[in-house]
Amino acid sequence: MMPVFSWASLSPALPELFLVMLGMVMVLAGLSQSEGAARSLCRVAIGGFALALMMLLGVNWDSAPVMNGMFVMDHFAGFMKLLILLGLMAAVALSVRYLEQEEIDRFEYPILIVFAGLGMMLMVSAHNLLAMYVGLELQSLSLYVLAAFRRNHSKSSEAGMKYFVLGALASGMLLFGASLVYGYTGALGFDAISHALAGGKAGAGLVIGLVFLLVGLAFKVSAVPFHMWTPDVYEGAPTSVTALFAIVPKIAAMGLLMRLLTEPFGSIMPEWQQVVWVLSLASMAVGAFAGLVQNNIKRLLAYSSIGNMGYALVGVAAGTASGMGAVILYLAIYMIMAAGTFGIVLSMRRGGRAYEDIEDLSGLSRTNPLMAWTLAFLMFSMSGIPPLAGFFGKLFIFQAAIASQFYVLAVLGVLCSVVAAYYYLRVIKVMFFDDPLDALDSDLGFSLRAVVFLSIAFVLFFIFSPDTLVETSRNAAAALFAG
Amino acid sequence: MIGFPILSLMTFLPLVGALFIFSIRGDAALVARNARFSALYASGFTFLLSLFALSRFNKAEAEFQFVEKTDWFPALGISYHLGVDGISIFFIVLSAFLTPLCILASWESIKDRVKEYMIAFLVLETFMIGTFCALDTVLFYVFFEGVLIPMFIIIGVWGGPRRVYSAFKFFLYTLFGSVLMLLALLTLYFKAGTTDIAVLLENPVARDLQMWLWLAFFASFAVKMPMWPVHTWLPDAHVEAPTAGSVILAGVLLKMGGYGFLRFSLPMLPEASAYFAGMVYWLSIIAIIYTSLVALVQDDMKKLIAYSSVAHMGFVTLGIFTATAQGVQGGVFQMISHGIISGALFLCVGVVYDRLHTRDIGRYGGLVKNMPKYATVFMIFMLGSVGLPGTSGFVGEFLSLLGAFKVNALYAALSTTGIVLGAAYMLVLYRRVVFGPQDNGDAAAMPDIGMREAAIFAPLVLLVLVLGVFPNYVMDRVSPSAERMLALYNKANGIAAVEPAAGDDEGGIFP
Repeated sequence: MMPVFSWASLSPALPELFLVMLGMVMVLAGLSQSEGAARSLCRVAIGGFALALMMLLGVNWDSAPVMNGMFVMDHFAGFMKLLILLGLMAAVALSVRYLEQEEIDRFEYPILIVFAGLGMMLMVSAHNLLAMYVGLELQSLSLYVLAAFRRNHSKSSEAGMKYFVLGALASGMLLFGASLVYGYTGALGFDAISHALAGGKAGAGLVIGLVFLLVGLAFKVSAVPFHMWTPDVYEGAPTSVTALFAIVPKIAAMGLLMRLLTEPFGSIMPEWQQVVWVLSLASMAVGAFAGLVQNNIKRLLAYSSIGNMGYALVGVAAGTASGMGAVILYLAIYMIMAAGTFGIVLSMRRGGRAYEDIEDLSGLSRTNPLMAWTLAFLMFSMSGIPPLAGFFGKLFIFQAAIASQFYVLAVLGVLCSVVAAYYYLRVIKVMFFDDPLDALDSDLGFSLRAVVFLSIAFVLFFIFSPDTLVETSRNAAAALFAG
Repeated sequence: MIGFPILSLMTFLPLVGALFIFSIRGDAALVARNARFSALYASGFTFLLSLFALSRFNKAEAEFQFVEKTDWFPALGISYHLGVDGISIFFIVLSAFLTPLCILASWESIKDRVKEYMIAFLVLETFMIGTFCALDTVLFYVFFEGVLIPMFIIIGVWGGPRRVYSAFKFFLYTLFGSVLMLLALLTLYFKAGTTDIAVLLENPVARDLQMWLWLAFFASFAVKMPMWPVHTWLPDAHVEAPTAGSVILAGVLLKMGGYGFLRFSLPMLPEASAYFAGMVYWLSIIAIIYTSLVALVQDDMKKLIAYSSVAHMGFVTLGIFTATAQGVQGGVFQMISHGIISGALFLCVGVVYDRLHTRDIGRYGGLVKNMPKYATVFMIFMLGSVGLPGTSGFVGEFLSLLGAFKVNALYAALSTTGIVLGAAYMLVLYRRVVFGPQDNGDAAAMPDIGMREAAIFAPLVLLVLVLGVFPNYVMDRVSPSAERMLALYNKANGIAAVEPAAGDDEGGIFP
């Protein structure tokens, strides 16, 4: 039967459709406006994301796949999109002042973010290997350009180039994996693949295809050993773009990974669990040990994000609904912490110049105590010390690992977190125990202050009512196992 | 019962004080003054509350009292569950007692960033009291581990020259042990399906699993305690921490290890505790003898007392793991007594350090001539540390040794040498600082203790003597809970409870 097209059937994709329109209108508006276009378009982007957020809350979170099964809007997709939109708003809010300070305030910036965001939202809703690839590429291409956004700066160009070349390689692998999966199951849709694998038996060809898919996605979430690009791109890209990289795309890539592993490949879990196990342990270890020797705070945070993805992968490896729920919670908490941390990194300026070394924070507790305490709590939270939010992220991850009897992974994981604690503490040490340098510039701008304030408030007060978020992320994960 | 949630109030009153101090603005001198007074009031009220709780504590009851329970993570069955029994109530009182003294002791010696200092101490108090109140494993871990944040800042910001190294060492050592404990707690949760300590106590897990869990708990508590050979963070942390930091470290934080053994290892993992007891005895004996010898050769006063702490904690672990009524009660009493005495000793060091800014024993001498009151106070605590009958130090050590003797006379004999060595290093310290010729002019010119310092020492002196003479006030309350815990332990290990109640036992010794 030929499905009859109706506009109403597209309603679950309303936020995405809105973002498409928004992006195109912004292109036109940007072209027709000259002075101050970036600033006003950034505001439009934030407003647009807020509108999309409201639409997202309005659509049905339990709808059947639409567009011939390409696009699904379930609780998982809904919650991940919620996080993505919030993250995008934070990332744009952090950028506004920075773009002007660095004189890279061109109108393409917010537009690229809108398109990247659209790609990310398609990724977490993808229900077909092709839809997955299209979403991923839309996101990646926008991000490559953003990494090289300061085009007259060699490091930024280098970052864009590296990201692009390695990213293209990863996309190629992903596509190759997808073609193998198609070849061995004869299906591209997630439901159909899952149906073909229902017996739990997978041939070698299919497993190879799955591994290639995993490799491609491991690159996107910067899991070791596919992490090489991360420190260079984080360091070279303009800091506001680094903030974006740290806050949002990983949520989308991790969401895609979770859906891919649980929905189409859920029945051959043992095949991918061991791969994820290795990725996760390697990421935690490299994230912890390589971070020890970094002096540039952006590189440090790059390794920190590698390590954090390792922890998230522990929950994925567990392969259970509670494990995936823990991952979603972890990603949400990590996103908020990263937003606050980058807010502070973006305000490391003296006399109008940006500074990026950890040592540049020396004695911050004397020159700007509020900022120092904020960063200190964020660092304690990142290292997983209770009663801060970061602890609960790790708690539920490891609880899931224990429940799936991954004892070795859990033990090695927590030990890595002790190693990583050292470099987080080092940041605190520099701020609190060292002699002060000149004060940092104090004109931070309202939007940056707001992001940092919300972030630290969440980190400090999560403990008092953790219920809603825990519950929502568990519901979201349950949707993955519903079908 | 009391009509209001006294445990929550005690736990969070200091935090409210900290928030209040945080909100103080204005002229630096005024802020410092207000911060000091606010901290003193907040911690003082907490202490009064703790005394009130102690007065309402039903000593005949072995179960948890003043219990509070509300949902926290209802989806996961994790709840906010507080309660105290005879073992934990005294640690709470001890924490609440030492904090105001610490704030008084820092009144003049801390001049820099007073506001932050007071906030850190009050937050620390919240975490300490919370640790001893918590009856949910996740809540316990939150408080237990949360202590690291304020302590790291206290050592690192207001510490001595090597503060950075010490703060890192303290933090990472403790974190290393704690994360393993976290996994053990999660495994217990997974196996038993609950994080409620009261329920976990009644439902021991399988024996094989107990072994692993015990080791994980041990990693945490042995570091915290600290036991030989993972004690090396303690001398560093003690030496570099400001006086009040050392007092809290020795007075309360070390006790978290012992409390953990009593709350988790022994009753929840009874078979593993019996299995590993031999190892604990030997580690304790090594700690007692080895660290006493190390203490003998120290030139730094704080380091000497730090090593003596390790030795005294050796008696605690020895006593606890004998799993006899005397040993366990002795362990608890020794922890309380050591909390008071070692805290007081660090305050004694603080008094002379504030005047001369050195901890080198050789820089002092003949203080009895210019500081007679100080010499008296110091003597009382020194003798308490040695374990002279009549001071609180005697009771704990004696009972621990009695417990050890029941297990094996050799253990008791070896540990007793620790008491002799303890007398040796403490007397040497006392002689070199207080007696002898006044070779150093500046030391000879130091004024005696003033009113503020006297006010700090008076309650400590009183407690050392009163607890030494009337230990039964504590024992009566500890004993039902200790008995209950031992009953769980014995039941699991198939030992018939033949021992008479400890209260009767001691009747002859301490009438």
